[in-house]
Amino acid sequence: MSAGVAPVADAVQDPAERIREAARRLVEAGDCAPRPARDPVNEPMINNWTEALGDANPAYPGIAPPAMVQVWTMGGLHGQRADDDPLGAMTRVLDEAGYTSVVATDCAQTYARALRPGERLAVRARLTDVAGPKRTALGEGWFVTTVSTWTVDGEPVAEMMFRILKFRPPPPPPPPRQVPRPQVNRDTAYFWEGTAVGELRIQKCGECGALRHPPGPMCPRCGATRPGYVVASGRGEVYSFVVHHHPPLPGREVPFVVALVELEEGVRVLGELRGADPGAVRIGAPVEVDFDRIDDELVLPAWRPR
Amino acid sequence: MAAAVTRAPGAPPAVGTELPALRLDVTATFVVATALATRDFQDVHHDRVAAVARGSKDIFLNILTTTGLVQRCVTDWAGPAAVVRAVSIRLGVPCYAGDELVLGGRVAAVEAAHAGGPEGVEVLVEVVGRCGLGDHVTGTVKVVLP
Repeated sequence: MSAGVAPVADAVQDPAERIREAARRLVEAGDCAPRPARDPVNEPMINNWTEALGDANPAYPGIAPPAMVQVWTMGGLHGQRADDDPLGAMTRVLDEAGYTSVVATDCAQTYARALRPGERLAVRARLTDVAGPKRTALGEGWFVTTVSTWTVDGEPVAEMMFRILKFRPPPPPPPPRQVPRPQVNRDTAYFWEGTAVGELRIQKCGECGALRHPPGPMCPRCGATRPGYVVASGRGEVYSFVVHHHPPLPGREVPFVVALVELEEGVRVLGELRGADPGAVRIGAPVEVDFDRIDDELVLPAWRPR
Repeated sequence: MAAAVTRAPGAPPAVGTELPALRLDVTATFVVATALATRDFQDVHHDRVAAVARGSKDIFLNILTTTGLVQRCVTDWAGPAAVVRAVSIRLGVPCYAGDELVLGGRVAAVEAAHAGGPEGVEVLVEVVGRCGLGDHVTGTVKVVLP
């Protein structure tokens, strides 16, 4: 907190209101104490700057590049913000509220006059605005605006408006689920294309009309090789099941139930039975199809009690 | 580094005048050298391992350098007698080591300089700096030309 700026009372509970209240106090506190530059404006640092940026302007180093003004008062390798630095104080408030990430968005510098080697700068800063919470592409955040003023012997020589976005980083996406993946081929593609759109598809012989599962190229009844499919109602009963306790499998928490379900259409289909107590599953229990979206490329059929 | 192409002195520039493009190979050396020359010691500007650990692709240009390059884009063209009055930038995508940054400008306004300041015409130049990911910086530079 700025010197003389009291912390926000604990009675203020709403996080946004706490931030606004802290901002009001810091804005009212105005400028922090001037902080002197480590070095006077000097030719070696100007030359390092023009060399690094490739700036061949012959006006330098007789005058300092105007855009270099902030360089003179940078904190340096081991620099720490002063206790009364308003941006540091506001940053702590927003960090505590979970807005821990930062990105600079705007910087506007104006120069009253050129600076020459030998001049000694000091900088002071004040908080001017804290706006939020706002939804941004990076996440929810607050725009924090400060104005810094550089002086030489009290004479203002440059000013800078600086705006940052302090934002709450979105939670990282959940790690992809690793599950054993089915072999998809010309015989089975229709089945997995079906689960992807929420359909349980059952192979149907294009010759005799018999339904069959699992898929295959040839009808086991008439021998024809013209398979088509129908979309099943998705309702059936547990025909048989196992409760898997061991070994552990990737993407599954043990114990889990694998049920062979006889569909209303008469064919039997395997899938995990979810949402049922493994100890209470029984043969004949009514179930319906469920779809377990693993990722953008795989949706597994599953069962749930009905 | 390409030699500066300075405008010929004389008549004030017309609104709409395009400045020569400033093309920069943003090598890792350039990122580090400019960060240290601007006394910005944040690790994301010189330590690739730290930058990656913080979620960046690589080390990237710091703001003080971007501000300086926007100024340079205009003063390369305006010449050493130009007096820079303001540099105002909005930051876009980061400019990572290994990228190319191309800065270009366009004269947006020309008017008589304000009384009390340097004499001449005050020229407002709009500057855009693009890198591989898109607009790295957009902004304006106000200079007084003698």
